[in-house]
Amino acid sequence: MSTPVSTAETTPAGEHDLLALAERWVGQARPGEQLEVAVASSTSTSVKAYRGEVESFTSATSFGVGIRVITEGRQGFAHCGTFDEDALADALADARDNAGFAQPDQWNGLAEADGVAPVVHDLWNPAVTSTDPARKVALALELERAVLAGDPRITGVRESSYGDSAGEFAIVTNTGPRSVGRSTSCWLSVSSLASDGSETMTGYGVDVGRDPAALDVERVAADAVERATRLLGGKPVPTQRLALVLEPRLAATVLGIVAGTLSGEVVLKGRSPFGERVGQLVASPLLTLVDDPTDPRSLGADTWDGEGLACRRNVLLDAGVLQGFLHNSYTGRRSGTASTGSAVRGARSLPGVGAQALAVTPGSGTLDELIAGVDHGFLVQSMTGLHSGVNATSGDFSVGAEGLMIRHGQLAEPVREVTIASTLQRLLLDVIAVGGHIEWLPSGSGSAPLVISEVALSGT
Amino acid sequence: MSARTASRSAANTSGASGSALIDEAVVRRALDAALSAGAGFAEVFAEDVRSTSASLDDGRVEDVVTGRDRGAGVRVVVGDTTGFAHTADLSEAGLLAAARTAAAVAAHAPAGAVRELALHGGGQLVRRRPDGEIDPSTIAKAAKVALLGRADEAARAARLEGTAPGEGIVQVAARYSDSRRRTLVASSEGTFVGDEQVRSLFSVSCVAKGDAGLQTGRETIGRTAGWELFDAYDVEELARTAAGRALRKLAARPAPSGTMAVVIASGSGGILFHEACGHGLEADLVAKGASAFAGRVAEQVASPLVTVIDDGTMAGEWGCYGIDDEGRPAQRNVLIEDGVLTDYLWDHLRARKAHRPSSGNGRRQSYRHLPMVRMTNTFIGQGTSDPDEIVASTERGIYVAQLGGGQVNTASGDFVFGMTEAYLIEGGEITEPIRDGNLIGNGPAALGAIDAVGDDFAMGGPGTCGKDGQGVPVGTGTPTLRVPALTVGGTAA
Repeated sequence: MSTPVSTAETTPAGEHDLLALAERWVGQARPGEQLEVAVASSTSTSVKAYRGEVESFTSATSFGVGIRVITEGRQGFAHCGTFDEDALADALADARDNAGFAQPDQWNGLAEADGVAPVVHDLWNPAVTSTDPARKVALALELERAVLAGDPRITGVRESSYGDSAGEFAIVTNTGPRSVGRSTSCWLSVSSLASDGSETMTGYGVDVGRDPAALDVERVAADAVERATRLLGGKPVPTQRLALVLEPRLAATVLGIVAGTLSGEVVLKGRSPFGERVGQLVASPLLTLVDDPTDPRSLGADTWDGEGLACRRNVLLDAGVLQGFLHNSYTGRRSGTASTGSAVRGARSLPGVGAQALAVTPGSGTLDELIAGVDHGFLVQSMTGLHSGVNATSGDFSVGAEGLMIRHGQLAEPVREVTIASTLQRLLLDVIAVGGHIEWLPSGSGSAPLVISEVALSGT
Repeated sequence: MSARTASRSAANTSGASGSALIDEAVVRRALDAALSAGAGFAEVFAEDVRSTSASLDDGRVEDVVTGRDRGAGVRVVVGDTTGFAHTADLSEAGLLAAARTAAAVAAHAPAGAVRELALHGGGQLVRRRPDGEIDPSTIAKAAKVALLGRADEAARAARLEGTAPGEGIVQVAARYSDSRRRTLVASSEGTFVGDEQVRSLFSVSCVAKGDAGLQTGRETIGRTAGWELFDAYDVEELARTAAGRALRKLAARPAPSGTMAVVIASGSGGILFHEACGHGLEADLVAKGASAFAGRVAEQVASPLVTVIDDGTMAGEWGCYGIDDEGRPAQRNVLIEDGVLTDYLWDHLRARKAHRPSSGNGRRQSYRHLPMVRMTNTFIGQGTSDPDEIVASTERGIYVAQLGGGQVNTASGDFVFGMTEAYLIEGGEITEPIRDGNLIGNGPAALGAIDAVGDDFAMGGPGTCGKDGQGVPVGTGTPTLRVPALTVGGTAA
């Protein structure tokens, strides 16, 4: 094996450089023109291990610039993947030209300062960029070894990888907001293969953090090993109705889809099944759901949103009652309220609206205790086809699933090639238990296990 | 057996070295730098993408967006290790820096002798352009935006016979986009060629409102083609199709649950093969033991009615190109012939290890990504059954008129795909519409069970295939066919 010792050739521009770059271009605003410049720069490393060797090692620096122009209510946008002066000049000219083809909208406008004080997070850990590449390679290799040694039925690892990124982001407007931030993250992930001689099952493990030294190789490996091996022998079961037990990572997936229907953009355009239900009980009283990027425990924690406003805590569901929706400055203005600091974006896209640190309020009980309380149920281990079988407008929810049957409070036989189906509306109302411990997930969500009654499982 | 719409035109080659993204001498020096540490293979992939999109929503043209993205990725292979770096800086200094970074993975390998590099192809373009292609960049933005308004109006005016008063289309989103992607590939094996891919896309999504809540309908056209696409397709008709789907579903009942016969309509149903076997035939997954089709070449893996082809040469189709992202010309590859597995799909790296040529399936999302084995346009060939007869001979089941995407676990072979327009089949007749949901099956089992293939082959709409975080444009196609037993993921008994 060769030990790579590569490092990124170029270090990203420092914070002040990004801010200065954005300010210089915003300075070109014409009278009567609103101008926003978003600038991003990141360096990343990716190592993939396979059979004790480095399969690939990627080291790269990326740039992105997005320029938004609003003139007389018309919005135009252009982006480029470089800080090259000529490219930026082209992008500004294009954004202006593009605005001429959009139709005017009285609610269009950049964000304006709203006095909400930022909760400043330190999301930068120099360890990510200073860690020796050889150590990063070693992590990916150690992870693969740990999975292979984890169980005799493990036949291989499809991919064992270490990755990290260090990024900086600045947004400058000529309407007030001006923000800059930087963050680092690193992760380990592995996809394992287990076989009993006749069929092959897969298991996935992942850990994300801000310090490479804190990534937990053993836990990721154990997760991937257990998830692949416990499915061996899995078969479809007969079609039936039963209780679903969702582990935190799957509960977060379902709640993330629900949060998508609570975006002001979706609601204003009449695409949300919950659009007219503020103040009503739309979920089990056990469910309280907040989006709070000011919570430092979330990997989605941030100081500023995608329009340069301070991130803040927003309550979506309080004991099952719908409290309101998430907004960026456009949807807030148009709905007669204000931005909730929920603009999400990359530099090369227009700001949308979304949750970034969604969390449930814990109930009580561990996952094992919740399982013990279910007489007839299904512990879901993975869901597939979320993009093809969930309609966030009608609410129809139908996904492929693998997992374990629960009989009389005990985990029983493995199950695969079945679907579980309901509607988003029913799933929320049918929550009968929320676990007592919050797990903070790679997605930024903080989630507890959920038990949902009377879901349709379709099998043989 | 071949698809009747699989018209192919020869690749147009034009000597266009003057317009190559990077000068030959600079490429040569970058490859030398990449090879300097003793690598066995080095490659420079440069890309320049220009895109324009316009979107209408809520009755108003919201945004017109343009983008430009250009850069290069340098790949260096030493033994079994690939080093990769990319840069947005196409100057000689930028390329040399990326080349040195990529080569650094080989720093501990013995320095090999500097090789004399011979480049072939002169950086010429190998384009696979449809006849009469009109470059979208020559069309005024106003004309592109005008399409949106026409689609919006047509969708909102759509009515179905029997639509109750108070029911109707309440929201419409329409999107136009085009892109022009120029590529250049130069490698230490002498490759030095380019491609230019022009794609155009138009989609309409509608929301209908009725007593039972909201429903959605969507229709998309996308071709590897320019503005002439809109001479051939009427966006108003497209909008009415999308609206009709949403309106019909207002009366839809919950989908059934359990195992039953599934008839899949010609066209977009080709996604079934993309998921049920396409991914499992990708040589990288096969080599890692992550495919239910590993080690099964020359075996009967599907019904004798099934011939599966992946064809990157189908001019105009969404997954078509002149050369792949490793410089290899697109090919027509027969993967399963009359049910027998004939070959997998290959990229450069996997083919090199297996001492065989690549099948022209090395693709990447952008210059920021490493290439891997990907599908192009995947479809099954023409059958002989009358599609009406296939439905008439089905006592009970569902008829899937439009599919919305899918996902597969290649190791177990289990796959799902979504139905976005589907109906019950009762007593050999298509009856009531059913609500959206997924179907689940096992690839090898489903392929083996197919018991009828129609004579009405059609390609479906454009798709984006995701694998390991990279999305690439792909096409799918199929005639009407029947799988006697798939699990339908509904809620009704």
